[in-house]
Amino acid sequence: MNKPVLTVSHLSRTFLTGSRPVPAVCDVSLTVGSRESVGLVGESGCGKSTLARLITRLDSPDAGTVTLCGQDITRLSGASLRRAYRDIKMIFQEPRASFDPRLTLGTSIRVALHAAGFPRAKQTEETAHLLREVGLESSYADAQPGDVSGGECQRAAIARAVATRPRLLVCDEATSALDVSVQAQIMELLRTLGQTHGMSFLFISHDLALVSSFCTRLYVMRGGKIVEHGATGHVIRAPRNPYTRELISSVLPVC
Amino acid sequence: MRTANRAAKLRLAVLLVLVAVLCIFCLAAPSLLPNDPSQAHLLAAKQPPSTRYPFGTDWLGRCVCSRVLAGASTSVFSALTIVGLTLAVGCAVGIVCGYFGGVVDTVLMRVVDIFLAFPGMVLALAVAGMLGPGLKNAVLALAATGWPQYARLTRSYVLSLRQENFIHAARLNGQSPASILFLHIFPNAVRPVLVTASLSIGGTILNLAGLSFLGLGALPPTAEWGSMLADGRGLMQQAPWLIFFPGAAIFLTSILFNLLGDSVRDVLDPLDSQRKQYK
Ligand SMILES: Nc1ncnc2c1ncn2[C@@H]1O[C@H](COP(=O)(O)OP(=O)(O)OP(=O)(O)O)[C@@H](O)[C@H]1O
Ligand SMILES: [Mg+2]
Repeated sequence: MNKPVLTVSHLSRTFLTGSRPVPAVCDVSLTVGSRESVGLVGESGCGKSTLARLITRLDSPDAGTVTLCGQDITRLSGASLRRAYRDIKMIFQEPRASFDPRLTLGTSIRVALHAAGFPRAKQTEETAHLLREVGLESSYADAQPGDVSGGECQRAAIARAVATRPRLLVCDEATSALDVSVQAQIMELLRTLGQTHGMSFLFISHDLALVSSFCTRLYVMRGGKIVEHGATGHVIRAPRNPYTRELISSVLPVC
Repeated sequence: MRTANRAAKLRLAVLLVLVAVLCIFCLAAPSLLPNDPSQAHLLAAKQPPSTRYPFGTDWLGRCVCSRVLAGASTSVFSALTIVGLTLAVGCAVGIVCGYFGGVVDTVLMRVVDIFLAFPGMVLALAVAGMLGPGLKNAVLALAATGWPQYARLTRSYVLSLRQENFIHAARLNGQSPASILFLHIFPNAVRPVLVTASLSIGGTILNLAGLSFLGLGALPPTAEWGSMLADGRGLMQQAPWLIFFPGAAIFLTSILFNLLGDSVRDVLDPLDSQRKQYK
């Protein structure tokens, strides 16, 4: 395999709320290669979102390292972390909540361009271009996040994410809040964008069917640990872990 | 916001015009006075309303109408100053505590806890008592005891905003902490706090009148509605106009500001617009 975009090794995070510690992520290691789509599946509460926040450094791990494009970002902060953020973006589950309710979609995208040092004179033009790229008319730039549908809002979120041409897109249940037909459109959009821009994906979901059609490799997570990983077809056809078997038979009864 | 309906916006516009009219009226009041508000005419004491004295005269023969008009700017502008001061200080403290956290947060929030442990008016009385009577001191006392409430409120909004995905997205954009603070956190946190502030203007007019009523507000030559009530209450039977007119003035202005506060909430309340968003 070529040089990985993301390498996560022995990552752990324990929350200390309430009476006893909650080990949300324990000793997780995974890699995402260049232009590769990797899936991460697991039931609700198994620590997927926590892991996504650790990978994107929105939260800091207790132990382990995150290496992005060859750079260890685990201890980065301030300006150097902001520079590293150009290579990684995240798509969230609830598209409307990922936009400032006060700003128009266009303003939010321009803010992202501005933060990445994009020349001010070309920002409006580039915003329209990005919106077209995700299949929205440029008039959507003037819409408030509350005024558009969930699918359209998620498209705008994708436009904002690809504005800085990241190497890796972490999608945390990016289509779970959308209905099935819109889900398929968004997946198709991500696939196309991934190909044109050479992006890699870490696709997090509890929907095994969706993930297996999109990803070439799969990690199965349970109780904060990776219990199984391998090529998608391999994991689905010949799961070694009893939990994976259970998960597969509940989603894909024919297999 | 876009999601607020037209009727609410229209109502807010009408109330804002009324408040603007009130403020202009307060500024213009000195030239509208039928008589000199502090000129005593002992021969014309306790006269009922007449054409010469529209609201009657007090026990010293001073024109009540002139005193009510002259007191308007004292009450309204002092109340607005108090709310402005509490809002500015409270917001600043709340944002610093909520966004930066750490030792500063712990220390400032303990101070806030101490303030909030006492009933507001009792604390204001104590502070005003320490500073001595006078309008400026009454304003300071009410401002000094009002800000902790806003600090608490702003801090809680900032803390919940920090968990929002759009703040996460802003960090991933590579925006600097200052950009996140001034572009996203501050404008979103200040909206609900502004609503609370506008709802409290009416109450502040009452509190200020209350301090003056107790003799801790405006000093005698200055006309102020609360102290007029206090002075007139002994003569309630003989000269009811002494308390009726200042009372009505307090009532009407505080009602106006309460309606304004309600209307600001209808238009700005983020919870409400969010509820509409997820429908
Ligand atoms: N900030 C936090 N403080 C305390 N505990 C937390 C926090 N965030 C997550 N947890 C706990 O960590 C565990 C994993 O949560 P996480 O949100 O990562 O699960 P998830 O796999 O994303 O679930 P879902 O599919 O429902 O989104 C849960 O038990 C949760 O209660
Ligand atoms: Mg989750």
